Amino acid sequence: MTTTGHGDGEAGATVVGRGRREVSIMLNGRPRSVEAGMSVRALLRQLKLDPGMVVVEHNRRILARGALSGTEVGEGDRIELVHFVGGG
Amino acid sequence: MKDSSFVIGGHSFASRLIVGTGKYRSNGEMVAAIRASRAEMVTVAVRRVDLDRSREEGILHHLDPSRYFLLPNTAGCYTVADALRYARLGRAAGLNDWVKLEVIGDEQTLLPDTAATLEAAVELVADGFKVMAYTNDDLITAMRLEDAGCVAVMPLASPIGSGLGVVNPYYIREIKRRLSVPVIVDAGVGTASDACVTMEQGVDGVLMNTAIAAADDPVGMARAMELSVRAGREAYLAGRMQSREIAVPSSPAAGMLDRESA
Repeated sequence: MTTTGHGDGEAGATVVGRGRREVSIMLNGRPRSVEAGMSVRALLRQLKLDPGMVVVEHNRRILARGALSGTEVGEGDRIELVHFVGGG
Repeated sequence: MKDSSFVIGGHSFASRLIVGTGKYRSNGEMVAAIRASRAEMVTVAVRRVDLDRSREEGILHHLDPSRYFLLPNTAGCYTVADALRYARLGRAAGLNDWVKLEVIGDEQTLLPDTAATLEAAVELVADGFKVMAYTNDDLITAMRLEDAGCVAVMPLASPIGSGLGVVNPYYIREIKRRLSVPVIVDAGVGTASDACVTMEQGVDGVLMNTAIAAADDPVGMARAMELSVRAGREAYLAGRMQSREIAVPSSPAAGMLDRESA
């Protein structure tokens, strides 16, 4: 990842070692730093989650499975990853 | 009397027993109990993925959606907005467009907020959901939920997880008499006799979770519930005798010995 060519949405991104940039997000209610420009699908891969088994809510909007690759994670994003658990 | 088939929202179900998947001691026990219950429709909840993996993984790793009809719920929601959010997240999982709508109004009793439930039902029906609405045993709310387009109305027998059984059989019967959509009693059943009594009121089905999950032997209780739901249904269809507060002998009074014959 280079440090060039990013838009306003990543104004808060910080430069880390060897020029890699990171953005801070809230993931399932907890702060987390992820690589800038990363797609939601790549985030799921990093978390070892099967995209077919989870539903992603990105800044309160539900992402269709087909939109996971094309959606970038940006600074300050709030992401919720949910799935089905036991319930009555 | 031959039973009619159990159809909800155009989908036919083999069993009138619907079971939840919460509160089991292990996933293995949950799967075994659900199999023993012979239920086809099974409820699930929508929750955050545990990113620390301290708990067991999602339910789809344990229950095959091609074998069970998984019904996502909005359990734990206290507002219309939350219920809509959870319902839509559940639908986005891609299994179906059904939801067990639940909007709770009070933390102590977990009784439903019926005004919020009705408002959420209207929104979800307009959004294309097949809504099965959890409600209290109030006839007027039940009628409004049917008018709103719910595919089933689900009055409680007694509070969620209480195991108190049907506290107001008359109200349950009245709701069943007045509605056209299936009436499924949801919550409050504690043991097999409660399930049987519930079905004897003439309702279309019963939904339970804790009664099975919290039994000492959930598999055994699931089997008992399966039998009692069928027993209650058959007893209802067979038509019970009139109860009366006076004894009536079963054997003939005529033909007793040492009496003068007419």
